Amino acid sequence: MLYHVQIEITLKPTVMDAQGTTIEKALHKMGHASVDNVRIGKFVTLEIEAKCPDCAKSAAEEMCRELLANPIIEQYHVAVVESEAVA
Amino acid sequence: MKFGVVVFPGSNCDADCYYAIEHVTGQDVRYVWHEETEIGDLDCIVLPGGFSYGDYLRCGAVARFSPVMGAVMTHAAEGKFVIGICNGFQVLTEAGLLPGALYRNDHLKFVCKPQHLRMERTDLPFTHFYSSRQVIEFPLAHGEGRYYADPETLQQLEQNGQVVFRYCDAEGNVTPDANPNGSLNNIAGICNEGGNVLGLMPHPERRCESLIGGSDGKKLFKGLTESLRVLEISRGLR
Repeated sequence: MLYHVQIEITLKPTVMDAQGTTIEKALHKMGHASVDNVRIGKFVTLEIEAKCPDCAKSAAEEMCRELLANPIIEQYHVAVVESEAVA
Repeated sequence: MKFGVVVFPGSNCDADCYYAIEHVTGQDVRYVWHEETEIGDLDCIVLPGGFSYGDYLRCGAVARFSPVMGAVMTHAAEGKFVIGICNGFQVLTEAGLLPGALYRNDHLKFVCKPQHLRMERTDLPFTHFYSSRQVIEFPLAHGEGRYYADPETLQQLEQNGQVVFRYCDAEGNVTPDANPNGSLNNIAGICNEGGNVLGLMPHPERRCESLIGGSDGKKLFKGLTESLRVLEISRGLR
């Protein structure tokens, strides 16, 4: 099966996110006074051939550990969003 | 003895490193294209600064998977010398040859200026020509040089004396004001536990001639050459 995978990568909560802080300040200046905890990250989408949704997820998680994220400073979330039969 | 300067797609300090090594040490040096895997002829590998693979994903993240890096890992495991400068330091942390990570400067700007550094380790093959706590000046040129490690790793680094260079002011004071990028503990450069792998964000290769602003970087390359020469003699005696 072909699976569509969405991966969110953000800095860990313990790692200071200078971009997030700067954008938060800009949002406050625009009048969005109640905005808090702005974090900036990366969004990766990919398609993968796998036997099951969990197989696709664990393959994507392996990719995150090895390349897509740096586990020292980043955390990731993998979602298998959709699957379709390959013709 | 022979030096090698690795060239990744996007490296841009490779020629500066080559020039510094050739003119300062008078030793053999050759470029190592990132697809090479035979580097057995080399005593010291330099990973230069630049923007390998366009800094795509994270600085150094893709360069780490270049064919040459397998050979660099073996080279380091054999106790041979590796220096990573700027982007080269980022590649070494991504490859796990040095602990921690380097990410976006706290002020988000690209920092490009001369920077004072305090010598924290002067017993390494790379640094034995400097004196302890000496204040030197190397240029900085990076947007993502903020050193981070988790508290346990940081404590270990400090305990093992793996911090080699620290950002400081002209008098050698290590203060938040003298920290150009928000690095933890003002860390500018570290080594591995074995002391044969060195990574630093500032550029020693750009401070090897007084004509271009100073020669503090000379001692690093000269000191290393001297260490290699002694090693070669001791190998010959065995």
